[in-house]
Amino acid sequence: MNLVTETFSGFLSLLTGLQITIKEFFSPIITTQYPHQTLTIAKKFRGHIELKWNEETGKPNCTSCNICAKACPSDCIVLDGIKPAGEKTKTVTSYHLNYTLCSLCSLCVEACPFDAIQHSNRYNLASVPNSWADMDLVQRYKDQVTRVGKTPYDPYAPAAVPAVEPTATAPAPTAQP
Amino acid sequence: MIESIFKFLTTEPYWTLVRSLLYLGGICGFVAANAAYLVWVERKGAGRFQRRPGPTESGWAGLLQPPADGIKLLAKQLMAPPGSDKILFWAAPLMVIAPPLVCLAAIPFGDNVLARDLNIGLLMVFSFGSINVMALMLGGWASRNKYAIISAARVVSQNVAYEIPMLLVVITIIMVTGTMNLQEIILQQAGGFWNWNILRGIWDFSGGGWGHIGGNLLAPVTFLIFYICMLAETNRAPFDMAEAESELVAGAFTEYGGMGFGVFFMAEYANIVVGCALATILFLGGWQSGLGSGFGTLLTSWGVIGTVIGVGFFFAKMYFLIFSVVWIRWTFPRTQFYGLLNLSWKILIPISLLTLLLTSVTLKLPRLF
Repeated sequence: MNLVTETFSGFLSLLTGLQITIKEFFSPIITTQYPHQTLTIAKKFRGHIELKWNEETGKPNCTSCNICAKACPSDCIVLDGIKPAGEKTKTVTSYHLNYTLCSLCSLCVEACPFDAIQHSNRYNLASVPNSWADMDLVQRYKDQVTRVGKTPYDPYAPAAVPAVEPTATAPAPTAQP
Repeated sequence: MIESIFKFLTTEPYWTLVRSLLYLGGICGFVAANAAYLVWVERKGAGRFQRRPGPTESGWAGLLQPPADGIKLLAKQLMAPPGSDKILFWAAPLMVIAPPLVCLAAIPFGDNVLARDLNIGLLMVFSFGSINVMALMLGGWASRNKYAIISAARVVSQNVAYEIPMLLVVITIIMVTGTMNLQEIILQQAGGFWNWNILRGIWDFSGGGWGHIGGNLLAPVTFLIFYICMLAETNRAPFDMAEAESELVAGAFTEYGGMGFGVFFMAEYANIVVGCALATILFLGGWQSGLGSGFGTLLTSWGVIGTVIGVGFFFAKMYFLIFSVVWIRWTFPRTQFYGLLNLSWKILIPISLLTLLLTSVTLKLPRLF
């Protein structure tokens, strides 16, 4: 008798299972087709660091004070800057990040007194080997500024720069590379 | 010119040859197309059951995936492992793909679409269908691989266990229909869907009027047993103990690469096609529409178009069963081996013996109504 009831209840449970899967079959797809579609990455996602810039002038906030490089426990930041003619502060001219050493500890971002660096939300970093060993963040800053329709600040030619229009209301430069 | 060639080919001494060649090519093409595109159906189905899209990249909706896979498999070197029995090793893939091809010769797809109208078609299909087991066993044995041998042993015990209830329920069908001719079995199920064997067994309306008690009171259960045994015979999940990739690498196919493996893969789907076609014929009325006898006679009066519609009904039922096979695969986990044998020996065989007994009693009882 036990066998009979077990057979019946087992068969019914199989039907329940089939019912569940057929419901899933006719439900919409929930996966993201990665190369064609991408998810929006959360703001607080910690990617590699990148240079922030002044929204109005397009100038990087960085004054090449080297505090971030000193704060970095892995020594992965090397930067340099000059004092452009006619300016009061120094400006970054080269900012190299060795991302293979970086542990994304965020100490550089916390140490920066000028709010000049932030974490990017770049996550799809697959590339040829060792291209992460030397990330040129000044180049990245120039590309990002160009993408939002502004002229990147050139510290070597300060006379040409003040042509930046303060009226431009470009969206926040959070675009993915 | 063309007309005279057509006339020459369709006159009798040559027509037999031409017809055989046409059916040969047609069946080979049908099996190849099904084996290729059922893999696509399987992968799409697997995707949808897990709420992902399945293959999408090659061709529209991934439709070029099967040819791509086929070309990849064909481009690979065929290698037999050292120390294996080469003859048996290469005989196994041939033996596994040939029986479904032969079986399809006796399957009536429509009222005129039938390669060979054998009066023992059912027997032929089952006897050739059993060779599948033998081929898997040989492949496993000849591979000189411990996983393959375990798989071969499993295949044999599993298929012995499931052949018995399958043949028992088929005997009940033969007792009710009184024939082994598949076309004859389909013709008996003409009329509405209540005349299909799955329902006719309970209450038979075919005599007209209120009808009378059918031959096989447990006909739906019989269908279920046949279906479960078909899954087990074709080594499909949840009964894929022979392949069991989580335990046995790939079971009997472990040492096969390239198209050697591809042939086993194709044979699995060809066997599913044969099994589902047989289930359709035996229980679901084959190419009969099931929409009542008026519609049936209308179809036969339409000639070729009627035949095509009949084939369409056959394929609709067959592919629904094939879809349910995929559905079951992506619903249930693999059973354990003792569970598999317990199901057969403790549940399916007693029930099928019971249906056999019940059928013979009801057939011999005087008609009460």
